[in-house]
Amino acid sequence: MNKKPGFFGRFYMSIILFFLYAPIFVLIVFSFNSTRSRTVWTGFSLEWYRRLFSDGTILDAFYTTLIVAVLASVIATFIGTVAAVGFFNMRSRWRTPLTQINNIPMMNADIVTGVSLSLLFVSLGTMLSFRLGFGTLLLAHVTFCIPYVVLAIMPKLRQIDRNLVDAACDLGCTWMQAFRKVIIPEIRPGIINGLIIAFTLSIDDFVISYFTAGGNIMTLPMQIFAMTRRRVSPEINALSTILFMSVLILLIIINVRDIKQEEKLRQRTSV
Amino acid sequence: MSKELIRLSKCSMAFDGEYVLKDIDLYFKDKEFLTLLGPSGCGKTTTLRIIGGFLKPISGDVYFDGVRINDVPPHKRAVNTIFQKYALFPHLNVFENIAFGLKLQRQNGKKISKTEISERVLEMLDIVSLKGFEKRDVTLLSGGQQQRVAIARALVNRPKVLLLDEPLGALDMRLRKDMQNELKRIQQATGITFIYVTHDQEEALAMSDTIVVMENGEIQQIGTPEDIYNEPKNAFVADFIGESNILDGIMHQDGVVEIFGRKFSCLDGGFAKLEPVDVVIRPEDIDIVDSSAGMLRGTVTSITFRGVLYDIIVDFHGFKWLIQTTELYPVGADIGINIDPDGIHIMKKSSFSGMFGDYSSFSDEYENISDAEFEFEPMEDVERTEDRG
Repeated sequence: MNKKPGFFGRFYMSIILFFLYAPIFVLIVFSFNSTRSRTVWTGFSLEWYRRLFSDGTILDAFYTTLIVAVLASVIATFIGTVAAVGFFNMRSRWRTPLTQINNIPMMNADIVTGVSLSLLFVSLGTMLSFRLGFGTLLLAHVTFCIPYVVLAIMPKLRQIDRNLVDAACDLGCTWMQAFRKVIIPEIRPGIINGLIIAFTLSIDDFVISYFTAGGNIMTLPMQIFAMTRRRVSPEINALSTILFMSVLILLIIINVRDIKQEEKLRQRTSV
Repeated sequence: MSKELIRLSKCSMAFDGEYVLKDIDLYFKDKEFLTLLGPSGCGKTTTLRIIGGFLKPISGDVYFDGVRINDVPPHKRAVNTIFQKYALFPHLNVFENIAFGLKLQRQNGKKISKTEISERVLEMLDIVSLKGFEKRDVTLLSGGQQQRVAIARALVNRPKVLLLDEPLGALDMRLRKDMQNELKRIQQATGITFIYVTHDQEEALAMSDTIVVMENGEIQQIGTPEDIYNEPKNAFVADFIGESNILDGIMHQDGVVEIFGRKFSCLDGGFAKLEPVDVVIRPEDIDIVDSSAGMLRGTVTSITFRGVLYDIIVDFHGFKWLIQTTELYPVGADIGINIDPDGIHIMKKSSFSGMFGDYSSFSDEYENISDAEFEFEPMEDVERTEDRG
């Protein structure tokens, strides 16, 4: 089965990787360019990064993004964990349709989610007199992150031996203690993965933020979008590079963790 | 006679309208080794889970030391359970697994001190012969070692009763025999009441003080291993415990039973005149003699070598008997048999009559199926367990 790819296979693979990553590569390279030119390489410099970090609006956007991402991922992870355990304790007659419903928002077009959340917040806002802003942005991010957290945790729950909870109760745990001392440690890898995924998605999001943040605050992706409309500046390259790198690092962490867990599982089952 | 510890009074249980326990009345004595024995789906695991507090009976009461405990949750019962697949906590090491229950306990509102926990855990490790295993990862232990950790984890809490749900089911034959002795030894050393669930009749006979034979959610017989084997109450018990030939008979008077038109003397009585009965004859109680000298004559149709004994199937008037003998008789040989009066056991007719005891379809394959290790007890979450796999 482990046949080595032939010439054609390798060629095909290179083309795909090239088309996928060439634009990003160009972007990264030119973020270090010493002049404004986006076509001619004139020398290495960190000028654009320096300007980036001295630009007040960009730094504001950066802090907003970071705070929203941290809060949204933590809140979504908490709600998602509780929801996943709730799904898990349901009879399958209910669980199957409800997990499907959980999956729908992930398939849904961001623009639809964004517009509908925006409509909801605006109409609620007129009733309860609040405006679009940080609160609604955070709520929106929590909302779209939850399904992913549930999805990250469910497989871990399915691996748990149901007798473990019974055993914990048998040894003197109340249900809450069993949840804390047995279920949580067992699904911890799933929870952490869910947290990282939620964080990544939150940093990444443009469309939903655009519709729910209101006029006064901006996230980094929104800032980039605004900058491209105002003037074309290599600062965007630098900013995009930073964004790309941070998402890349998080994804690598998730994958490395997955591989390690699989190895551990294989080690266990082989005994 | 030691005192009564647990009583189930008219307990019934049903899942989705289907009864798995029907009006069970049963009591458990202090310090005894009691086995709930029966085939898959007979209600034995359900009974155990009711005692453990994981299930609530839909009717009837559960008493512990005279106190009704129907509504007492598992963590407040002086009962600990050993689960089918041990259910050790994979994220904790051997020491932490065993200490799990102790760390939760409060005596007069105070936690048990670290030194006492450590002492008691080490003492348990000694009892289950796992000295020096404290720091090991439980997921990397062998089946037998995991089993011992599970036993230690339950016993360290000093429960009054230990519930064991087919604890040896996942072990191989040799280890299983060792662990049987080990469990019996631990039970005697600690003086804790063991309630043991199994479908393995040999295991039940070897370990128990009392055996409760269950089928269809009902208790078929309660007794010592000797009682159950020698004096089975009905055809189901006779067939489930050991090998037995179960025949139709007619009781003529106390001590005289007619089988195949011939009168045999036996030791049982108390039946109506000419009452139809089930007659149990164990394969080892049949003496083979010359065909001319026997009370019945038949033809050998198959032979299986079992080590010490041969199992031979003999055709008497179209009904196949299983006979165990140390001598070899070739297939086709005509033989006669004699049965001593104490080898004949008479039972009242029951709903199980006619279902068991004929060896026409005898084969090794059938033997293996009947010893299958799979257990499909109806449990509350049966549908969940299914879609997990």
